[in-house]
Amino acid sequence: MPIIIDHLTHEYETGTAMAHKALEDISLQIPDGQFVGLIGHTGSGKSSLIQHLNGLLKPTDGTVYVDGEDIFDKDYELKKLRSKVGLVFQYPEHQLFEADVFTDVCYGPKNLGLDQKEIELRAYEALKKVGFPDEAFYVSPFDLSGGQKRRVAIAGVLAMKPKVLILDEPTAGLDPKGRDEILELVRQMQRELQMTVILVSHSMEDVANYVDRILVMSKGRIILDGEPAEVFTHREELEEAGLALPQVTYVVQDLQKEGFHLEGSITTVSQAADAIMKEF
Amino acid sequence: MIREITIGQYYQTDSILHRLDPRVKLIGTILYIVSIFLYRKPLPFALAALFLVLCIMLSKVPFRYMIRGLKTILFLMLFTAAFNLFLTPGEIVWSIGKLGISKEGILATVYMILRMILLIIGSSLMTLTTTPNQLTDAMEKLLWPLTKIHLPVHEVAMMMSIALRFIPILLEETDKIMKAQMARGADFESGNLLKRMKAMVPLLVPLFIAAFRRANDLAMAMEARCYQGGEGRTKMKPLRYKGRDTGAFVVLICYLAAMIVLGKGLIPIL
Repeated sequence: MPIIIDHLTHEYETGTAMAHKALEDISLQIPDGQFVGLIGHTGSGKSSLIQHLNGLLKPTDGTVYVDGEDIFDKDYELKKLRSKVGLVFQYPEHQLFEADVFTDVCYGPKNLGLDQKEIELRAYEALKKVGFPDEAFYVSPFDLSGGQKRRVAIAGVLAMKPKVLILDEPTAGLDPKGRDEILELVRQMQRELQMTVILVSHSMEDVANYVDRILVMSKGRIILDGEPAEVFTHREELEEAGLALPQVTYVVQDLQKEGFHLEGSITTVSQAADAIMKEF
Repeated sequence: MIREITIGQYYQTDSILHRLDPRVKLIGTILYIVSIFLYRKPLPFALAALFLVLCIMLSKVPFRYMIRGLKTILFLMLFTAAFNLFLTPGEIVWSIGKLGISKEGILATVYMILRMILLIIGSSLMTLTTTPNQLTDAMEKLLWPLTKIHLPVHEVAMMMSIALRFIPILLEETDKIMKAQMARGADFESGNLLKRMKAMVPLLVPLFIAAFRRANDLAMAMEARCYQGGEGRTKMKPLRYKGRDTGAFVVLICYLAAMIVLGKGLIPIL
């Protein structure tokens, strides 16, 4: 299910004094099974962009093709699209509403009109996949910790069996341990289910270790697009867009400036450690 | 989607009307509304309309923003028009079956519609040029004498400003929740009434929880700042009448005088 974004432009509050473009002429392709990190400062347009991918926002200009079909065509069934492209929003509080976790996860598949058995099977599988403990299935989702809530929210979308999973800042408000757990979980799911995953974040640290490709957004445009190591060579552009490189990259770049020859592309702490060890 | 709905529809620009003391605008609007209900003659209406047009021009707010308010009461206007047209007794000029339209009915309808239009545009003009906070400030100040009879004026004003402040926040929250549920295949738009009401549950539960959480946070923040109500409280920007406010009052009085003169037919040539 490749996604093709074709000259997408979105303008908010068109025709008023407050009109402004959230997205400007964005074109890109995302092939099957890719793990993409979408990075940008607050207000760079990343949330607007992902909401176009499952038809929650309608573009002012341009369009999006999913599986070769124009999703903004009049006859296109958006409801079907939403089971193909799953979108998990930033705050799990925005979607949890049922009295217990299991029933909440059933909500998505139920909306697809499946029969009860299939619904429950999918909910069970999804909760298992996100590593949610069995004994907490019938706990109220409002009594869970932040990290657990997020797992339930992801399971709620996963239960619809999407082929593309988009996560909007899945680590916001989590402590470092919870953050690593969620990111590790996403990577694992991506590999197991062969899904396309788009991970939205404003932190390079978050995505550097996990993704195949980084898209950097600034002021409604894609300014950089490439593999993590390649993107990190554009230090100035990134800083201008209000983004910082992972701290380890700064260390490595400073070391290189001091005359140490560290080899290979280094984006993670363990890679840096290996390279430094090799040097001595 | 929901982003386009505006309540407390303040239009940001710089005009003499924006800079007037909110108390003047509040009193002015009330007097204006009273004035359009005083007489049922063409000339006073012409004057009221002219006065409003001048104010709109002074306000620098585009005219289509004024019209927006009218859309919301379109149904009410149609109902009123229908009732006035068909149910006013008098000289019948046209009829279908038992329903007849009388001359008096037509007249009553025209006046009623005109009044409603002027009323809505007049009050929109106030809300377009005054922020909700200014408005509650003005109300608090104007109603202050009522504290003598132990009415909690400050508390009521505070509640109003908090409620107004929360409207856009909750709207935004609603928008986000709707999207999150739509991403899970929720359908808020199709089906019969019962089905649609049921579809609201996944929207309302998170919304209520969010509202309670926010209210709790706000209460905590107010407590932390030792907030304790109106007694002895000072303001960062106290309301003070300036030269232009006096001017506005004079204009207002002139308008009212002219209205009465025209309404009573005190100038025979007119």
